[in-house]
Amino acid sequence: MTAVVEGKPARTNRHQRNTGPGRGPLSRVKNSYDQRWYAWAMCVPVVLVLAAVVAYPLAQGIYLTFTDATSQNVGRTIGVNHIPDSFSWVGLKNYAEVLTGANNQFWPHLVWTVIWTAACVVLTYAIGLVLAIVLNRDIRGRGLYRLLLILPWAVPTFVTIFGWRLILADDGVVNQLLGLVGLPGPSWLSDPLAQKFAAIGVNIWCGVPFMMISMLGGLQAIPKELHEAAEMDGATPWHRFVHVILPGLRPVSSTVILLGVIWTFNQFNVIFLLFGGNSDSVQILVTYAYRLFFGQQPQDYAGSATVGILCLSILVVFTSVYRRWLKRNDQGVLA
Amino acid sequence: MRRGIAAAALISAITITASACSGGASDAGDASGPVTITWWDTSDATNEAPTYKALVKDFEKANPDIEVTYVSVPFGDAQTKFQTAAGSKGAPDVLRADVGWTPGFAKSGYLAPLDGTAAGEEVAEFEPGLVEQGKYEGKLYGIPQVTDTLAMMYNKELFAKAGITEPPATWAEWKSDIAKVKDKTGVDGFAFNPQGYYAMPFLYGEGTDTVDPKAQKITLNSPAAVKGIDTLKGLVKAKGAMKLDTTSNAYPNIMDAFSSGKVASILQGPWENANVFKGSAFSDKNNLGIAPVPAGSTGKAGAPLGGHNLVAYAGSDAAHQEASQKFIAFMTSAGTQSQVAVKNGTLPTRGDAYTAEVTANPGIAGYQKVLSSGRPRLALPEYSSLYTPLETQLIKILSGQESTEGGLDNAAAEAKKLLSDYSVS
Repeated sequence: MTAVVEGKPARTNRHQRNTGPGRGPLSRVKNSYDQRWYAWAMCVPVVLVLAAVVAYPLAQGIYLTFTDATSQNVGRTIGVNHIPDSFSWVGLKNYAEVLTGANNQFWPHLVWTVIWTAACVVLTYAIGLVLAIVLNRDIRGRGLYRLLLILPWAVPTFVTIFGWRLILADDGVVNQLLGLVGLPGPSWLSDPLAQKFAAIGVNIWCGVPFMMISMLGGLQAIPKELHEAAEMDGATPWHRFVHVILPGLRPVSSTVILLGVIWTFNQFNVIFLLFGGNSDSVQILVTYAYRLFFGQQPQDYAGSATVGILCLSILVVFTSVYRRWLKRNDQGVLA
Repeated sequence: MRRGIAAAALISAITITASACSGGASDAGDASGPVTITWWDTSDATNEAPTYKALVKDFEKANPDIEVTYVSVPFGDAQTKFQTAAGSKGAPDVLRADVGWTPGFAKSGYLAPLDGTAAGEEVAEFEPGLVEQGKYEGKLYGIPQVTDTLAMMYNKELFAKAGITEPPATWAEWKSDIAKVKDKTGVDGFAFNPQGYYAMPFLYGEGTDTVDPKAQKITLNSPAAVKGIDTLKGLVKAKGAMKLDTTSNAYPNIMDAFSSGKVASILQGPWENANVFKGSAFSDKNNLGIAPVPAGSTGKAGAPLGGHNLVAYAGSDAAHQEASQKFIAFMTSAGTQSQVAVKNGTLPTRGDAYTAEVTANPGIAGYQKVLSSGRPRLALPEYSSLYTPLETQLIKILSGQESTEGGLDNAAAEAKKLLSDYSVS
């Protein structure tokens, strides 16, 4: 998507420079269409589909955040009867209410979402990196280990999570093992604090394979000569890790961390399937927004959209700051 | 010219694909021939549904020109599902709706009034209080199909073993009985399902409710409500009570524990009778004890009066509506209700359905007695929506994440969003 949008004007300009004097943008477009009509035709389906499934709902969502729409006051058609919309424009009231509201809902969920994202990304990255380095060596049965470690990724998420629900149940395997060594097993699925550990643990289980595979690819792209040269210079394994492997992995790391943050921030499946809508304190922002929409009557369209737009804004801000930070640290990466 | 054709072909291809996606759902009903109506049943799919499926067959036999498509919809999803479908496409002609949903749906215009139709013909035979719950702004929208209220269900054998002869009359007595059961028999004395609905007896016992419509006031966080929820907290934390289960499996877990004799007492409604009698601890049906919920400090006991109405969708055409009315009349007739009661152990909504065969069921006989202490819901469309904020905070209060006052203040603030012209106490 970005490539299309960013690539397009550049090419039009170059083409323009070669063929003649620039007039208005309209004639430039027309000129471009005459020359490259097939490219335009190829783009049409993508643009239309994206407009239908991304742009339109997004615009609708943003509009709803400025209204007091609920399921009671939006227009509906009942047989031959049509009831028109009766919600009204409330300006920034929803944002003010969510951010300063008396119901004490948004901030605790945001804090937990941030903790959850940070913990999950750091831990999945670290575990993925260690596993990738181990599996990058020549050890016996490497292929089998790799296969086994990718399995959690290949199994559908809901199957994995329902499996974990049984494992983490009060009398499940985890608590039985803890009981064997004489430790009291917390109720992973209902105790507020234990729930958080359980959620992070399960998400790590689901997220590690992706990190590991990406990092394994990154490791194999580091030229052997670098390792050999470092060894010749007498670098210890730690030095080689810090000065060869980490810098060599930077392009891969920065991308998977960004993806990890976005995915984990919006990780609906793990929380929803593990706990359902019941446990309020472990709900992250996306599952909270879901509950506002589907989990109550009347359904709060405006409130849910507001939380959704706030999620989007947080991620947009994070992504741009992160990219700028990367650029400053390392010219050329991800730019 | 060629490129024009190519572009046009692409666009038309996309349009065709797009319209193919939205094609699917069209009405099956034709003006001629048999009318097919759809019924969304929200009863328990394993324990209760077989009875209703058999009744649907009977109805089709008696009315050869009407066919009924039976669809089982999980109770928990049905409200949202119907709400979504009713405003666009795919709504059923008849829905088994919780009594609490009826005013909300009627307010949105989804339901067809049933006054003066075949469905409402025998309305005089029904319990007046239940008919009242099927009305919204004076019009009859729902015909009561089953009714229920919460009561204390207990395992007589376990209580006897613990040396308890009478079911508790106060919350304090219940609390000490819980400890006795644990001491003498080793099983848990009590289990609580942390849902808003199940907390209502504790509010009623203190003479309060979630709202006071006369004073236009949200009373969820009133001192009386705090007192009631504190009582509940004491019971849940009591020595010998089962550890609070807040997982999404809490409900089935508690029912399994009770029906297999691992928990001695619960707060529950008659819709679980059939399920309980299947359990190993209740192979002798007389082992099930049913007692009214204890009274609070006001001395008055109260439990929410629930149940289900059959409602007809306003968007169906005349032929479908007529067929739906006939179907509703059949499903709520005295004969049908007695059959359902005998098979499912649920409570009929009309006096003439309580035949000797029906009251022979100890589950029904027990609940019939406590029905008189049932409190009808307030006819406020938002009323049943207030259970959600109460439930969210209830879990926090009972698991110690929030103080009772703090949690109920949060719940009241949520409730205020639904009832913007109400004041918060």
